[in-house]
Amino acid sequence: MALFTYETKKDTRSGFGAGMEYLSVNNPKVVALCADLIGSLKLEAFIKNSPERFFQTGIAEANMIGLAAGLSIGGYVPFATTFANFGTGRVYDQIRQSVAYSGKNVKIACSHAGLTLGEDGATHQILEDIGLMKMLPGMVVINPCDYNQTKAATIAAAEYDGPVYLRFGRPVVPVFTPENQKFEIGKALHLIEGSDVSIFATGHLVWEAIIAAEILLEKGIHAEVINIHTIKPLDTQAIHASVAKTGCVVSAEEHQINGGLGDSIAQYLALNLPTPQEFVGVNDSFGESGKPADLMEKYGLNAQAIVDKAIKAIARKKA
Amino acid sequence: MQTIELQKVASQVRRDILRQVHGCQSGHPGGSLGCTDLLVELYFNSMNLKSDASGQVEFHMDGLNEDVFFLSNGHISPLLYSVLARRGYFPVAELATFRKLNTRLQGHPTPHEHLEGIRIASGSLGQGLSVAIGVAQAKKLNGEKSTVYCLMGDGEQNEGQVWEAAMYAPHHNVNNLIAFIDENGQQIDGPTEKVMNNLDLEAKYKAFGWQVLRVDGNDMASITAVIQQAKSLFVNNKPVMVIMKTEMGAGVDFMMHSHKWHGVAPNDEQLALALGQLEETLGDY
Repeated sequence: MALFTYETKKDTRSGFGAGMEYLSVNNPKVVALCADLIGSLKLEAFIKNSPERFFQTGIAEANMIGLAAGLSIGGYVPFATTFANFGTGRVYDQIRQSVAYSGKNVKIACSHAGLTLGEDGATHQILEDIGLMKMLPGMVVINPCDYNQTKAATIAAAEYDGPVYLRFGRPVVPVFTPENQKFEIGKALHLIEGSDVSIFATGHLVWEAIIAAEILLEKGIHAEVINIHTIKPLDTQAIHASVAKTGCVVSAEEHQINGGLGDSIAQYLALNLPTPQEFVGVNDSFGESGKPADLMEKYGLNAQAIVDKAIKAIARKKA
Repeated sequence: MQTIELQKVASQVRRDILRQVHGCQSGHPGGSLGCTDLLVELYFNSMNLKSDASGQVEFHMDGLNEDVFFLSNGHISPLLYSVLARRGYFPVAELATFRKLNTRLQGHPTPHEHLEGIRIASGSLGQGLSVAIGVAQAKKLNGEKSTVYCLMGDGEQNEGQVWEAAMYAPHHNVNNLIAFIDENGQQIDGPTEKVMNNLDLEAKYKAFGWQVLRVDGNDMASITAVIQQAKSLFVNNKPVMVIMKTEMGAGVDFMMHSHKWHGVAPNDEQLALALGQLEETLGDY
C-alpha cells in the first residue's frame, strides 16, 4: 500500500537551480559563484537572468570561498557552488576561518554529495561533508529530500542571515513534497505517523524510508517517518516526542555513520532519553564506481536496509 | 597628513607593538615593526574612512562608500591593533589586553569578538587576498569608487590559494584593488630564498596580469607616492600589486637584519633598550 505518491522524478540539484532562478528575480542581493561546474549546478537560468551577479572562479575552490566571504562583507548573499567534495573537504580551512569563525553570511551550496554521484567513484563521492560542516560552530547544515524541498531550502537559505551548508545530489528521485512549500530551517517534518519505531531520514534516504515504512506496514509494524532536512540545528523536540512514543530509532543517511545525522541524534538521546538506535549509513569505508542504485544496494543505503535495521531496533527494545 | 606627522604616529605605533608583545610575552614583533609605515600611511593618510561630523571614525562592517583594508598575514596583529586604536576605532587602553584571556585582541585578528575595524579573521595564511577581491567586486557591483587594500607576507606567497586569487583578479578586471607584499625576505625557518624561493615576484605577478610597482616600505614619503601612482593605474582595468621591501624589526637596531624576532617577545631589558630608540609621540597606553 502506497503511503506517498509521486508523478515525476527529478534531481535535487535542479531544485537548487530553480531556487536560484527564483532568487535571481526576487532577491537582488543574491550572487552566485561557481568553480567551472555551471551545468552540473544548474545555474544557467540564474546566469541568464543576472549575469552581473555571477562569478566564474575557474577550478579554484579555495579562492571561491574567500571571494564569497568578501562579497558577504560588501552586503551580498553569496552562494558558493561546486561538487560537495570540493566545496567542503577540499576547502575546510577556508570555510573555517573566512566563513564560520568570521561569521559571514555565505551559503555553501553543493551538488553530487554521497554515493549517488555514481560512476565517477570515491574521489568525488564525499561521505564526510555533513560531519565536517556540522562541527563548525554556527554552521547550519541542510540536506533536503527532493526537488521541491531543495528549491524551498535554497530560498530559505538566502533569507537566513548566517553561514549555511546546503547539500544536494545528482540522481533523479521521486518528487513527493508539495510545490512552493514554506521551508523552515531546523523544523523536522512528520511524514508518517507510527508507534513501533522512529525512522529519522535525511536527503535521498527520506524516500527510501517511506518505502521501508510501507514494507514494514505489510508486516504489521507501524513505523514513524520523520524527514530531518536540517541536521544542524537539530529539531530535538520532534525527535524527543517521537522516540518517547516509539522507544527505538533508525537513522538513515547517505553519509558516513561517523559524524552524520544518526550521530547527532544519538548524542541527543544519550543525554536526554537513552534509546536503542540502529544506523543506516556508510560504515567507515570509501565508495566506488557504479550505478547509483547498485551502490546504494551494496552499501546498505536503501529501503530494505532500513527495514532490516528497524526490525533489529524493535527487537532490541523488547530485549 | 604630512610625512613628518605620519612618522611621529609610526614611532608611537612601534612603541605600542613592543609593549603589547612584551605585556603578554608572545606575538610577532619583527614583521609588525617592518610594516608599521605602510599601515600608518594608509589609515592616517591615503584611506578614505567613514567618520562623523567631528572626525571620529565609525566602524561599519560593510565598509560601504569607504576604503577598506585587509590584513592577510594576521600574525602582525599588534601592528593592526595599534593603528586601529590610535585612529580611534577602539580605546587605546585596550591594547593592554592583547592575547590575554577574554580579550577582543586575539592572537590573530577576528571579527568574532566584535572588535571595531576587523572584518575578517586571518592567521591561517593565504586567504586575505581572496577576501579583498570579493569586497572589491562587491564595491564594483555597488557602483562605488572606493579602494580596497590588502597586505600579504612574502613567506605567505608559498600558499597555493594566493595564486588562485592572483589568477582571478586580473581576469575579472578588478581595478579597485591595491595589494602589497611585505618583502622582508624572512620566514619562520629562515630566509625565504632558502625555505622556498619566491624568485622574481614582479615577473610572476606581471605574468598573471597584474600591474606591479615597487617601493621602499620603510620610507613614508615613498609609500604615499606609490599609493597615488597605483591609483592612477586603475584606468587600465587591472589590479595593482606593490612589492614592498621592508626591514623586519624596522626602528629597533637590534631587531633588524635577522628573522630572530619573527615570533619572540622582548624581555624587560630588551624592551627598555628598544623603547629608548622610539620617541613617545602620542602618549603610551
